[in-house]
Amino acid sequence: MDLQQLLTWIAKASYFLAAVLFILGIKRMSSPVTARKGIVQAGIGMVIATLATFALTGTHNLGLIVLAIAVGVVPTWLWGKKVAMTDMPQMVALFNGMGGGSAAAIGAGELLKFAAPGTTGIPLVTIGLAVLGALIGSVSMTGSVIAWAKLDGRMDKRFTFSGQQAVNFLVFAAAVVAGLALIFWRVEPWLVVLFFTLSLLFGVLMTLPIGGADMPVVISLYNAFTGLAVAFEGYVMGIEALIVAGMVVGAAGTFLTQLMAKAMNRPISGVLFSNFGGGGGGEAITGAQKPIEAADAASLLYMAEKVIIVPGYGMAVAQAQHKIWELSQQLIKAGKDVRFAIHPVAGRMPGHMNVLLAEAGVPYDLIADMDDINPEFKTCDVAIVIGANDVVNPAAKTDKSSPIYGMPILDVVNSRQTIVIKRGKGTGFAGIENALFYADNTRMLYADGKEAANLLGAELKAIEGGGGH
Amino acid sequence: MIDGFLALYIFMLAAFTGKEIIGRVPVILHTPLMSGSNFVHGIVLVGAMIALAHADSTLAKVIGFVGVALGAGNAAGGYVVTERMLEMFKSSKDK
Repeated sequence: MDLQQLLTWIAKASYFLAAVLFILGIKRMSSPVTARKGIVQAGIGMVIATLATFALTGTHNLGLIVLAIAVGVVPTWLWGKKVAMTDMPQMVALFNGMGGGSAAAIGAGELLKFAAPGTTGIPLVTIGLAVLGALIGSVSMTGSVIAWAKLDGRMDKRFTFSGQQAVNFLVFAAAVVAGLALIFWRVEPWLVVLFFTLSLLFGVLMTLPIGGADMPVVISLYNAFTGLAVAFEGYVMGIEALIVAGMVVGAAGTFLTQLMAKAMNRPISGVLFSNFGGGGGGEAITGAQKPIEAADAASLLYMAEKVIIVPGYGMAVAQAQHKIWELSQQLIKAGKDVRFAIHPVAGRMPGHMNVLLAEAGVPYDLIADMDDINPEFKTCDVAIVIGANDVVNPAAKTDKSSPIYGMPILDVVNSRQTIVIKRGKGTGFAGIENALFYADNTRMLYADGKEAANLLGAELKAIEGGGGH
Repeated sequence: MIDGFLALYIFMLAAFTGKEIIGRVPVILHTPLMSGSNFVHGIVLVGAMIALAHADSTLAKVIGFVGVALGAGNAAGGYVVTERMLEMFKSSKDK
């Protein structure tokens, strides 16, 4: 065995080890007890695979490779370290878009190599998978960037025009035709450029009309897309680790997307091809919202035995989670039973709210899932809704004409008293009026989340101190 | 080059593996798991490195450079945010 063979063997063995570590890592990440170990394990796999690759690359373009890695790692590492927990979903979208772009770049490089004069005898399967991976990777890249821009508030939540579906379909069909021409006709540089232009454009167009409420499902779908693109380009490059890791992520991501879509009661086709999140629809609600002062709300809490807090994304935007946890600790100290009720899609992605509460220091055994907590609302004295809206709207159960009809909700409406902390009278993320806010036993505390939690804490202390009002 | 049918088997088995290993993930871990699997496909970096190592023309070098930088960003960024999220998951017994 000469040196080059030995180096190749070392690289291949390292890729195998990395693939095993990735699979074990993802498995561990699906349980709260082992999750932390899981990501560290997958990280070790990545470092091993990257270092081993230098055994294959030799010295050609070595400086460029090292420079490119530095250009990629340094800013994303620093940015990832300091990004706020509330901004995680768009961050994941952005990093996913980078992966899609990388797979597309590999596809572009390979296709241009096939286009070089005198290149013959490339198997159809190889060209086919290069094209397919490039298409999926391109869509994932530009689609993820649009998703990032929307969630980051850099562009309108939705962008629609008449005939949009037809335009989208035409662009998609054109990209597919260009791809088929590459596979079955010939690989020409101009055709490669046309194919990529159409694919990248389709990613943008496909994501533009999707409303903010559906964005988590879309990001998860693009995550699965990138996995598939990586697997296909892995076949073209002849690297088994890419095939295995990409395919595992592609399948896990698709399954995760289904779980999320189910939690939101939105079929994936509905997310991609219908217009949701724009508001309107539903029966008009009669009655008025009834305001309450912080002092009165605090005395309701003082008399309550069982309190359920229902946080939503609005709480996180107001950065109120720390203050809410302080208020909860105050209530727990006064002997009250305090729980947090989390809707599967609270926050911007399933599980996002758990991350935000964990950041504030709330232990995860005080946090209850929807199915566990829903029967408890009947015996709950005061429910505090802070920054949540659509996920507590009883219209999802009663009003067939409502756009959110059929979505599982938290049964806050069954609670004896409900205090809704909200900045103003506006509608939620989905733009739908909330019947809960007009219910007889609901009181609205109009304030910024942080300020409201502070006020409630102070008033509660005053009551406990005997000062009272 | 990998034999076509052998590759097909690898695709199939990897797909089933992917679905099985996250089969019972609780909702609270959906976001970190999405982020974690997002990190894992950062392995694309390896493919991009090899592509860049074989690049000769300026155009191929530019494309390869972009591929490596993007792949490295996917891996590094994906790791940092996932690790930060998972670090915070503690039960009240751990404190």
